[in-house]
Amino acid sequence: MNKGRISALMSAAGLALAGVPAQAQSIDETVNQIFASSTGWFVNLIFSNLPGTSFPWIVAWLVVGATVFTFYFGFIQFRAVGHAISLVKGDYSDPNDAGEVSHFQALATALSGTVGLGNIAGVAVAVSIGGPGATFWMILAGLMGMASKFTECTLGVKYRNEYADGRVSGGPMYYLTKGFAERGVPGGRIMAVLFSIFCILGALGGGNMFQANQAHQQIAGVLGDYPGWITGLVFAGVVFAVIVGGIKSIARVTEKVVPFMGLLYVGTALIIIAMNADQIGWAVGQIFAGAFTGLGIAGGMVGALIQGFKRAAFSNEAGVGSAAIAHSAVRTKEPITEGLVSLLEPFIDTVVICTMTALVIIITGQLVAGPDGNYLLNEAGTAIQTVGGTSGVGLTSAAFGSAIGWFPYILAVAVILFAFSTMISWSYYGLKAWTYLFGEGETTELVFKVIFCIFVVIGAAANLGPVIDFSDAAIFAMAVVNIIGLYILMPIVKRELDSYMRRLKSGEIKKFE
Amino acid sequence: MSGKFVVGYDGSVSSRRALEFATDRARAQGGTIVLVHVLEWSPYSFLTPGELEERHKRRREEMARAEEAIMTTVVAELKDAGVPVETMVRYGNIAELLGKIAKDINAVQIVIGRDGQSAIGARVFGSVAGALVQTSPVPCTIVP
Repeated sequence: MNKGRISALMSAAGLALAGVPAQAQSIDETVNQIFASSTGWFVNLIFSNLPGTSFPWIVAWLVVGATVFTFYFGFIQFRAVGHAISLVKGDYSDPNDAGEVSHFQALATALSGTVGLGNIAGVAVAVSIGGPGATFWMILAGLMGMASKFTECTLGVKYRNEYADGRVSGGPMYYLTKGFAERGVPGGRIMAVLFSIFCILGALGGGNMFQANQAHQQIAGVLGDYPGWITGLVFAGVVFAVIVGGIKSIARVTEKVVPFMGLLYVGTALIIIAMNADQIGWAVGQIFAGAFTGLGIAGGMVGALIQGFKRAAFSNEAGVGSAAIAHSAVRTKEPITEGLVSLLEPFIDTVVICTMTALVIIITGQLVAGPDGNYLLNEAGTAIQTVGGTSGVGLTSAAFGSAIGWFPYILAVAVILFAFSTMISWSYYGLKAWTYLFGEGETTELVFKVIFCIFVVIGAAANLGPVIDFSDAAIFAMAVVNIIGLYILMPIVKRELDSYMRRLKSGEIKKFE
Repeated sequence: MSGKFVVGYDGSVSSRRALEFATDRARAQGGTIVLVHVLEWSPYSFLTPGELEERHKRRREEMARAEEAIMTTVVAELKDAGVPVETMVRYGNIAELLGKIAKDINAVQIVIGRDGQSAIGARVFGSVAGALVQTSPVPCTIVP
């Protein structure tokens, strides 16, 4: 090869490289336009307000669902917590089932799918728009959501598929079809198909593009700005290696590091709160006062309530149906046991982790208040002014950084890992919905996995506002279908619960030595 | 006295030596060999959703493989040698399980090999022999 050809090749490569960002830019714009015009109606429909109010009906839908389940199952989330913890510890697991999926493993896997950016970025959004009072409503929504989670995960196990080759999988698609048929209610199949479509869209959006996008923002924040497609390609490569290449070691490392990061996050938050121990009373006061008065935020009390409920739902996915997929492979003869275990999930995710984030932001004084004690709004009037003008992950990062200078770097790593583990989980949820629609088979599955990886790059490449709106809408649309199904199937869960509790009380169900 | 000898066996050279040692004793005393193969497993490990789905299938495969590759040949050899033998394939912590099995079946002894781990290795990763010496409910022989 002569010199001239080499330099020609190199300049061609250079041109190609230089061309990519420009191309990506125009692709982003095109994608934005297409999405905005073709999906705007769907987003507007899902997030439209109840007539005559400024309250999105979808938020009401989730809250009403959680409330109905809470009352219908007699406050199961408070009655059964002790028993749920015994189940997770393995007190009721047959030792001869060692080597099968334990309650702990099902819970841990489901948690690593939900603990993520919702806990770090979502809460910051809730507090900056809804004020400290949003925290109160978020905790309440988390507590209520435990009952929704209980209902869907019990059904997930009860109507799961156990294949001849030994694989076990389940989810709303299966309980909607099998459960409806059992109750003699028509339309189960249509509901399952609708759920699957929304689940695929949610997996590509909230479970993928949103995660990639926020992870890139976080890396760029630490390293300085650079094109998002680079992050996207790296992420897509790693995701591809795991879900297509079957390189389990990467996933296994993540699965081990993520819980550690979660503990580190909560631990650090507790330290920061302890450092400001004298402020705790004030912060709690702000949360309660804000919950019922709004403390001057846009939208007042209702604004705080909407933000709190919305972010809790985003974060713990109670009622969405995704957790039913993750929990269904557990080894148990009693579906109700996994339902009881799963109700710990919104508690850990929302009541513990999200509350920590909110408390740190409030206690470190990131929100700017005026002399009258009410919070000041930013110039656009959309959110509370923050000390550094930050929002989202940036606000959480600034809050932690103000107390512990180097923590933003740890947080950046945590965000990347959380994003990655959420993507791995959602790639699985999406795949299950995909195979429900198109059948199982290597080629069909490969098609979805490749699409998933492409969306990682798209998600990281740019600020795709409409696309993210759409994917959030898709995740909530899953909840519309799923909760209708839960209403119809809840008598079955009730029967299971009553029978289980009776046998537990009579001593028929015993602890193993 | 026809006692039961629990032998921790994983097909390695050292476990082979332990088995030979136990076989001699069992034959002399008219005892039985209980051959135990433990697959390391913790119910508190972390798996991906895909691994959860396949766990039951994998477990079946792993147990079949252990039965076939490790146990079957040894059982035939022991039968030829005229020593009665039982086999068990279990999931869990090796030292804990060997102790528990020995207690459950009223074994006279546990026999295991050791792989001559360095002191630092044993300190970092823990050693089965070390743990068993501390916790075994019956006399325990470690064959070097």
